[in-house]
Amino acid sequence: MILGRVTGSVVSTIHHPVVEGRKLLLADRLDQDGKPTGGYLIALDAVGAGMGETVLILDEGNGARQILEDDEAPVRSMVVGIVDDIELG
Amino acid sequence: MLLGRVIGTVVPNTLVEELSATPMLWVQPLDKQGEKEAGEPVVCADPTRMAGRGQLIYWVQSREAALAMEPWFVPVDDAIVGLVDEVRNYPDTELAR
Repeated sequence: MILGRVTGSVVSTIHHPVVEGRKLLLADRLDQDGKPTGGYLIALDAVGAGMGETVLILDEGNGARQILEDDEAPVRSMVVGIVDDIELG
Repeated sequence: MLLGRVIGTVVPNTLVEELSATPMLWVQPLDKQGEKEAGEPVVCADPTRMAGRGQLIYWVQSREAALAMEPWFVPVDDAIVGLVDEVRNYPDTELAR
């Protein structure tokens, strides 16, 4: 899983059926200090994450399909958690 | 998934049977605003069959690309999942709160 920050969303009406009724979030990729690395991704929302929140993103297809309960979902990235705090040891 | 813009079509002469009915499009990967180019263009299969030149889309790579197709067990690398109506980027001032 990777850390991300929700910076926007994507609105779409014509799409694969798996996207129907789900929110597409735009998220910056973050490093361990919580700084943006420059990359981004579009992830499906599984937890109701909102604007500016630091989130945990599952970036692996089989896990995403497990959450969606759909073996044929063309989805790799899902927001699976909202992060309160990051501590470096 | 990433944002991209359709910049052209690819017309294959001969194609493996499973892909022969699916349009192939040139897609320029874009940044998160959907404005600036980010990387080299790729050829995307379009299982929605609705994307045309200039259309903003989002697409998947690798195994997930094959899953976007119907039937799904086909040899593709990149496939369009949906057409974008609007990209909403929250303003930096709102994010800083």
